[in-house]
Amino acid sequence: MIAIIDYGVGNLYSLLGSLRRIGKEAAVTADPEQIRGADRIILPGVGAFGDAMARLRDTGLVPLLLDQAQRKPLLGICLGMQLLFERSYEYGEHTGLGLLRGSVVPLAEVLGPEFRIPHMGWNALRFPKPSPLFRYTREGEYVYYVHSFYATDCEESVIATSEYGIPVTGAVQSGSVFGTQFHPEKSGETGLGILRAFSEI
Amino acid sequence: MLAKRIVPCLDIRDGRVVKGVNFAGIREVDDPVSLARFYNESGADELVFYDITATYEGRSLFTDLLRRVAGEIFIPLTVGGGIRSLEDFDRVLRSGADKVSVNSGAIADPRIIGEAAKRYGDQCVVLSMDVKRVGDAFHVFSHGGRIDAGLDAIEWAVYGAEHGAGEIVVNSIDTDGMKQGFDLPLLAQITAHVRLPVVASGGAGCIDHFLDLFRTLPAVTAGLAASVFHFKEVDIAQLKRVLARNQIPVR
Repeated sequence: MIAIIDYGVGNLYSLLGSLRRIGKEAAVTADPEQIRGADRIILPGVGAFGDAMARLRDTGLVPLLLDQAQRKPLLGICLGMQLLFERSYEYGEHTGLGLLRGSVVPLAEVLGPEFRIPHMGWNALRFPKPSPLFRYTREGEYVYYVHSFYATDCEESVIATSEYGIPVTGAVQSGSVFGTQFHPEKSGETGLGILRAFSEI
Repeated sequence: MLAKRIVPCLDIRDGRVVKGVNFAGIREVDDPVSLARFYNESGADELVFYDITATYEGRSLFTDLLRRVAGEIFIPLTVGGGIRSLEDFDRVLRSGADKVSVNSGAIADPRIIGEAAKRYGDQCVVLSMDVKRVGDAFHVFSHGGRIDAGLDAIEWAVYGAEHGAGEIVVNSIDTDGMKQGFDLPLLAQITAHVRLPVVASGGAGCIDHFLDLFRTLPAVTAGLAASVFHFKEVDIAQLKRVLARNQIPVR
């Protein structure tokens, strides 16, 4: 069973639907016992880093998540990926979970004015190194992004990028901790393949 | 490289697609889930569901169908129509929408843009505007394009961008339904003044109109249309092949 961490973030229909499509049982939960009993964990997230981190702390689940991340595969999606890093500079400075080295900074600071922000839409994947997360995915396949901040100073964990003026961090891995900046649950067949791969790690 | 998005828009009343879609010239289909599936398979990059229902019963049929689509079609879903309050945002986001498009509701109370962005994130707030030429200026119209809201379109777009909209849909009343191409002068003005993704709407009649749009205005990130897709005047798969042949990045 895959535990999708419930800390009051919005739309999980597509994520639940995607996992159901690939035949994986999943539950949206904040119950520590259920999370301990799960064979893997997904940390979703949309909105602002500071708010999301505060809400996650309010659930009291942070110590459990840090512990469980050492024991079973964890996948952070979009803002959920950003929360895995040490800190974010989205409207102030905020501390993240620190499971991955690096920080989250505004795209506006590095992109030329010809690049629209948010980085919104379908962009092609590049793989600087192989990862089991992409065992069903080829370079050049498109995934759906929507974000205005991106992960940087994290070269050692980057497993996918997409070109948008810079090679934007698309996915990261450190051991069994994974994150995707894009939304696999919104990325059609390519996204289903990525979720399937995660469910088999 | 970021692909240009091709976005079909479905008008929904009482849980059915208004006017339906002519499926392979055989029969008209008005089931939103079947159509969502069809467009997904043709390569649509996103779907817009526009709720034109006025009744409470119709609203609940709409959220039911949204749940069914979101549980099955794994591309971004945008919902518009009748969005006037944070409760409306909440209702459709809980039913599977990824982005919420606000139009007359934002004209009536502009604070909704910032409040929704703060609560749900910029990425899900789409400012949709119906624009028409009045003298030398572009004015925003409300109530389905019937009433001049007395707002300058460029100022309104800038206001939206500054207050937390994550995307702007520009629908030109002047070109809508004319099938003579998108309103390039209007879109050039909007894209020059805001840095948000801008979706062009109104005027597409054939494949060349999309090609003109993306060639002339590389700043435009997506093209939205309804009837040309529904009546098979433009086939999305073929449209994307033509765009790709002309070096326009598509998925």
